[in-house]
Amino acid sequence: MNRLSWFNTVSLTLGFAFLYIPMIILIIFSFNESKLVTVWAGFSTKWYGELMQNQAFLDAAWVTLRVAVFSSTLATILGTAAAYVLVRGGRFFGRTLFSGMIYAPLVMPEVITGLSLLLLFIGIGLDRGILTIVLAHTTFSMCFVSVVVSSRLVTFDRSLEEAALDLGCSPAQAFRLVTLPIIAPAVISGWLLAFTLSLDDLVIASFTSGPSATTLPIKIFSAVRLGVSPEINALSTLMIAVVTVGVITASLVTKRAMVRQKQDELAAASAE
Amino acid sequence: MRRAVLIAVPYVWLLALFLVPFFIVLKISLSDTALAIPPYTPTLDLSAGWAGIRDFFSQLDLENFVWLTEDDLYWKAYLSSVKIALISTVLTLIVGYPIAYAMARAPEEWRPTFMMLVILPFWTSFLIRVYAWMGILSNEGYLNQLLLWTGIISTPLTILNTNTAVYIGIVYTYLPFMILPIYSSLERMDGSLIEAAEDLGCSRLQAFWLITIPLSRPGIIAGCFLVMIPVIGEFVIPSLLGGSGTLMIGKVLWEEFFSNRDWPVASAVAVVLLLILVIPIVLFQRNQQKQTEAEQ
Repeated sequence: MNRLSWFNTVSLTLGFAFLYIPMIILIIFSFNESKLVTVWAGFSTKWYGELMQNQAFLDAAWVTLRVAVFSSTLATILGTAAAYVLVRGGRFFGRTLFSGMIYAPLVMPEVITGLSLLLLFIGIGLDRGILTIVLAHTTFSMCFVSVVVSSRLVTFDRSLEEAALDLGCSPAQAFRLVTLPIIAPAVISGWLLAFTLSLDDLVIASFTSGPSATTLPIKIFSAVRLGVSPEINALSTLMIAVVTVGVITASLVTKRAMVRQKQDELAAASAE
Repeated sequence: MRRAVLIAVPYVWLLALFLVPFFIVLKISLSDTALAIPPYTPTLDLSAGWAGIRDFFSQLDLENFVWLTEDDLYWKAYLSSVKIALISTVLTLIVGYPIAYAMARAPEEWRPTFMMLVILPFWTSFLIRVYAWMGILSNEGYLNQLLLWTGIISTPLTILNTNTAVYIGIVYTYLPFMILPIYSSLERMDGSLIEAAEDLGCSRLQAFWLITIPLSRPGIIAGCFLVMIPVIGEFVIPSLLGGSGTLMIGKVLWEEFFSNRDWPVASAVAVVLLLILVIPIVLFQRNQQKQTEAEQ
């Protein structure tokens, strides 16, 4: 069990090669001098320069970023509240419907979610733009947040909250001083998940965005439909780099938090 | 009082932006287009009281659904979506299982790294991961260049814009959804069970088939649903990697809406797609429930 058998080594090597080679090729060819993406003509960073000159992409990136920040923050607040209600709320009228509405968007095909939201916005006469994309993204990503947060809420000891209440905290204080710090890692990863989901979404944004606001995935999609281009390779490389740095930082932070928690537990145990 | 507010805010949000839109789709799927743009007939006239409501319901009809059965494009697209989803789920399982197995058998200190390597692509843009394959699979693409250079083939293969490319794209992008649940069920498995089976005379292969596979079944089932359900409604992969011969219902709905601008028919397509998805979604929920009960 302590070493890998040859079969396991082969399947891991092939598996990770399959997962990573396409992205590595994309990154390498983003530094290609030639306009023909399939022919290597020497190293160059000129496509990154061209990308920075491309106002349409920059505008779309700015819209995407604003939408992602607003919708993930809103989704984190609503999703955390929903998770708290589901796990701690006890019985209330329509609980089954509520939990159904939390889980259903996770499996709903994006084309249906997008279509139904668009028909709603048109029905109530709301002009499509940044606001409608934010509303749409908040709705589907709050469900992901609440799943992440509720799995954390389920596992932690409820008596800690009750102790805070016994010692004179109001429910809001108990939540802020006891519950929130404990579920904070889940809330943060929920926010990150909502943020990436919003950055990445093409289908729902296409339905809910108007001519006044285009997001980056919509721009990329319409460019990519015409074929492979070095500019898109450069853009993809930048996006992959940002995500990689973000995920590695996040995992290092959680790892350090875990180590510190273990140390605290050990110290507490030895103090006893 | 506070509790009521806490419940009401997410509740009302979901009602307004998830459930209500849904009924709007249902309603529009039952109505007729009036001059291609809303309003649709019939419109609900509440000021007329009961007569208005009765009038509203009497004008709803199943015409759009009848239309779906008459034009064979639609049912072919549904069938082909389900077929593509089933085949690619099996392919993803075949590719994903050995990886999950090897991860679960790896030394414990390596496992977090392997986990991260599986999750990292999941955080990377879906669109970009699909796009990466366009450069590889095209006629002048890297795969054909490699195969021509090594002399395996003498004329370039046509892969991009065929169903093969769609399968490759689906297996690639949905692989983490298959690996993670299988890995988590294999990781919990007690290694001494295999040793016991081998002591009792099983060959390694027999032990794998009789012990490992049945014990990882919950993970396999969860992984298969996690791949199959979203693939049925997939839009991005067939439109970037697929060709004119690739029929998938997500793409048909998109085109019905954006190109043909026939909103009632697009809504009817969505309603039928949901009806198809209800069965696997319910089965999936039951499986998850059983699993959590088994854990408790």
